Amino acid sequence: MKRLKINGNSLLLVITIALFVVMYAAGCIVYADKGFTHLQTFLNVLINNAGLLCVACGTTCVMLTGGIDISVGSVVAMDCMLLAVGMEKWGMKSPVLMVLVLLIGIVFGAVQGFCIAYLDIQPFIVSMAGLFFARGMTAVICTDQVSIVTDQLFVKLSNTKINIPFGIGAYTNRKGVLQIPYVRVSVLVALLIVILVFLMLKYTKFGRSIYAVGGNSQSATLMGLDVRKTKLKTYVLGSFLASIGGICYCLNTMSGTTTQATGLEMDAISSAVIGGTLLTGGVGNVVGTLFGVMINGTISTLVKSNGKLVSSWANIVTAILLCFFIVLQAVLANIKERKKA
Amino acid sequence: MSKIKKITKMQLFLPIFSMLLVMFVNVIYDIASGNAPFSFFAISTQLTSSGNTILYGRLIDILNRGSEVAILAIGMTLVVSASAGTDISVGSVMSLSGGMCCMLLAGYGVTNVSEYASPLWVGIGAGILVAVVCGLFNGFLVAYLNIQPMVATLILWSAGRAIGLLLCNSAIVYVRVPSFQFFGSYIGFLPTPILIAAICVLIMSLILKFTALGTFVQSVGINKKAARISGFNSAKIILMCYAICGLCAGIAGITATSRIYSADTNNIGLNMEMDAILAVALGGNSLGGGKFNLAGSIIGAYTIQAITTTLYALGVSSAQAPVFKAIVVILIVVIQSEPVKEFFKKLSANKTAAKEA
Repeated sequence: MKRLKINGNSLLLVITIALFVVMYAAGCIVYADKGFTHLQTFLNVLINNAGLLCVACGTTCVMLTGGIDISVGSVVAMDCMLLAVGMEKWGMKSPVLMVLVLLIGIVFGAVQGFCIAYLDIQPFIVSMAGLFFARGMTAVICTDQVSIVTDQLFVKLSNTKINIPFGIGAYTNRKGVLQIPYVRVSVLVALLIVILVFLMLKYTKFGRSIYAVGGNSQSATLMGLDVRKTKLKTYVLGSFLASIGGICYCLNTMSGTTTQATGLEMDAISSAVIGGTLLTGGVGNVVGTLFGVMINGTISTLVKSNGKLVSSWANIVTAILLCFFIVLQAVLANIKERKKA
Repeated sequence: MSKIKKITKMQLFLPIFSMLLVMFVNVIYDIASGNAPFSFFAISTQLTSSGNTILYGRLIDILNRGSEVAILAIGMTLVVSASAGTDISVGSVMSLSGGMCCMLLAGYGVTNVSEYASPLWVGIGAGILVAVVCGLFNGFLVAYLNIQPMVATLILWSAGRAIGLLLCNSAIVYVRVPSFQFFGSYIGFLPTPILIAAICVLIMSLILKFTALGTFVQSVGINKKAARISGFNSAKIILMCYAICGLCAGIAGITATSRIYSADTNNIGLNMEMDAILAVALGGNSLGGGKFNLAGSIIGAYTIQAITTTLYALGVSSAQAPVFKAIVVILIVVIQSEPVKEFFKKLSANKTAAKEA
């Protein structure tokens, strides 16, 4: 029988999951009167962060190759603006626009990936230019806030409630009405993406070459892997998932503004880091990222439930957690090195 | 031919070339719109409403507005050179130091004052001190725990602005005292920020000239292990670079705050880290660490401001300007990248071979 071995990296994942459980349990005890114990509060965290979850999956893949993509937040904003303006001002149908948005994501990723993989330019600089470009494009498309109201299909997609079957977590509220917990379409899309990316990373050749390239690109080349092609594909995947995230994000907000989703890229990166992905590449998992996103969401829900705290506390707590995980990663890595030496 | 090659190979070629290009675009634009061809360079004096004579002109405007980025670029150059990474927290630290300064000057929870709650030097000292502490924190994570610079500074990137907001009780704190506005307004006829930036650059270049700091930083950047073996304390040098970067962010933060005599924590230094990193890259410095050229970074900083000012002059809105900035960045880094350089080398070699044959 294979014994489950806990090494440094899976230890990080265990800590992340444990932290999430402890944090949520603490919320349930402290804010029991504010409905924290209801299943719906948990599902709301998922609903609010569905877009972020898609984006973070892409970011995780990019970080696994040892690169970084800070343009994703702006890409989300550009997608939302394009969807909103397309439906409201240009009168285009939502399915056409969604396909268009995904195509733009692929092209965007391909250009960035080409610059990074084939021209050997630093990922940070390239994606910084991408960040500026996409953010500026939102203003080029339209300068004021646009809300989506006319497109029937999109509005319906946004409003659809998918009830949890078998009456799990159902309760009667104070007025005596039976409340059935629900999720939105975007949550299903996000969870599907988590599962698909997890399977892809684990079982496909492409997924495993991502780990190989991130772990040591020299030995990956010696093994006969096309490092440049793998990197290019990963950046395309990252931008593509960011575009899907953009659509999910838009389903939540139903509007497009120029300042939308600022700093989302850092939320995605911090989720991945909290989830145990190393920025040096080669180590990490989307399951960890899922819990990273959930921790981020739980922190802001906790701060909101308190009611007295200012929203900037959420940022500070996230930063402290981030600090904790980064230092922990560094200490584990240092111990490993000392063992080798 | 060989002379041209020598010039294009100089490190300062790229920043100066881009600066000239921006000026050229301005001249063309002025001619096209019927102004005097060199109105871009014109500097005149103007009488303000308060009765002072001040310098006025687009060049002065660029020098004035570019001060903060130039100050940040000094610290960023050292950080990039020593640790082969970037400090993305400088914008947030600017905002934090401005918030700290105004909070002390106005008193906690007060949003509008016309006299100081504590002396001016206490406010400014504390603002700069908190920025240096932030720099030391970043430096400690990078130098002693071997954490990637971008990840380490990500912590303060998200926390710095939030702490600043808390200090200001989530409001904009106005300090309407003339002596506080001094750092962002005019000294005689000259805008003070220009002077502050000039002093910072002067001090740094004197340090680099008369001490071995530059050599230390570069040798750590080129090979950390080799530097340690040859007797440098690599970790200490990296820590110092981050502390200097924090100090620069503090000075820039105070200047930016004084300019609008208020701590607008949400907006001070927003995306400034990107401009500072860009200035370093534009200055011909490799973001992979090692050799650096301070003059290049400073010229790069003013070039970025010149691009921004030119775009505004051309009628591009501030929200749309990033598109053009992005295109400029990509063009510059693509030209600088190794594969493209090699491609051009091959091209010219083929040409000479064809000529000889």
